[in-house]
Amino acid sequence: MALELYMDLLSAPCRAVYIFSKKHDIRFNFQFVDLLKGHHHSKEYTDINPLRKLPSLKDGKFILTESVAILYYLCHKYSAPSHWYPPDLHVRASVDEFMAWQHAAFQLPMKKIVWLKLLIPKITGEEVSAEKMEHAVEEVKNSLRLFEAYFLQDKLFITGDQISLADLVAVVEMMQPMAANYNVFLNSSKLAEWRMRVELNIGSGLFKEAHDRLMQLADWDFSTLDPMVSQKICEFREKYL
Amino acid sequence: MGLELYLDLLSQPCRAVYIFAKKNGIPFELHIVDLIKGQHLSDAFAQVNPLKKVPALKDGDFTLTESVAILLYLTRKYKVPDYWYPQDLQARARVDEYLAWQHTTLRRSCLRALWHKMMFPVFLGEPVSPQTLVATLAELDVTLQLLEDKFLQNKAFLTGPHISLADLVAITELMHPVGAGCQVFEGRPKLATWRQHVKAAVGEDLFREAHEVILKAKDFPPADPTIKQKLMPWVLAMIR
Repeated sequence: MALELYMDLLSAPCRAVYIFSKKHDIRFNFQFVDLLKGHHHSKEYTDINPLRKLPSLKDGKFILTESVAILYYLCHKYSAPSHWYPPDLHVRASVDEFMAWQHAAFQLPMKKIVWLKLLIPKITGEEVSAEKMEHAVEEVKNSLRLFEAYFLQDKLFITGDQISLADLVAVVEMMQPMAANYNVFLNSSKLAEWRMRVELNIGSGLFKEAHDRLMQLADWDFSTLDPMVSQKICEFREKYL
Repeated sequence: MGLELYLDLLSQPCRAVYIFAKKNGIPFELHIVDLIKGQHLSDAFAQVNPLKKVPALKDGDFTLTESVAILLYLTRKYKVPDYWYPQDLQARARVDEYLAWQHTTLRRSCLRALWHKMMFPVFLGEPVSPQTLVATLAELDVTLQLLEDKFLQNKAFLTGPHISLADLVAITELMHPVGAGCQVFEGRPKLATWRQHVKAAVGEDLFREAHEVILKAKDFPPADPTIKQKLMPWVLAMIR
């Protein structure tokens, strides 16, 4: 029985899992769960993952959520080359350290830019206040500063000379604000160069394919957005903004 | 120089690391980094951890932050019993799943519950609007329900019949709102039973010792204006 991966490539964690699977020729069925149509709220999907989040993995009867857990699982199960999750105690720890840090410090600020600059204005017809926007941008800049100073430093990749899961997760997160036409790589040549290295290592074709849907989000007809999704977006606004 | 752990047991992730190290007989030198005195914001501590957070681990020249990474490092280096982080692929994945999920959910809810219910009004002398408190406690409620329904279900521990890193990380989080006077386990018999299992597996004495600070947090004297000014930006960023 083939592996099932439930994903929507609008989501950064989904892109990490997608890229990793394709790169390593892991055979899987791409179960498209359309976030814009609210399919993650469908009974069909909530039977798989009651948390209604993507990605999810189904391997026979075994269901797994959380992209970091999925990446570790795929790495081990399919014996990916060791540089993806190096066996050296210290180097592996530095991957774990980034993977833990990025949830709150990276993913959330990057997502917020898309919500504030694109989704909320398109859905509610209202622009977000300049103050809120500035605050969100400052958060992203701060995270990027920390990323460069603490995680990347002067190395080619986060763990040293070779790409690892940490770079994959980092790059897809940093691409998220592109949906709102906000390019985080413009301000730092170090980041831009690192991104090029990661992209080349993954394969430019695969990288572009994985990011197509995201890059077209701004052109999507938001009047067709599923009402439940609109509602959730407004709830998100209340909670975080 | 051996292993050094920079901790403040006021912090949930520090408690998890402390309990794990003690339980597994891992020798370490304890450095207390007093959060409510702002010691984590000092230049001295920045030399140890430029991210200015606890817990931090130093092993010779090697420095590591993030409690999940530290727990995994200690697990591998000190060859602890398998049940903490099983070799079995799927059992291990369950632990990874919980450790990933909790960062922006239970962690966040428990932290906000402590600060909104107690630390802001009592320690910092800053009032919190009733609406904010209600919203925070409601969110905690939702997260606790997810913990029960998605993770614990009818098992003895979060990921199976044995304790794992997931349980340790979760229980130390839940003690945060308990320290603020939230009755987290009232009306939640499944969670209450699970807590008993975890306490028994960890050892009552060690559990009590690790939680002394948080359970006395309500008696912290109010912060003086200098400290308050120093801590505010950090607190606001932390609980956002």
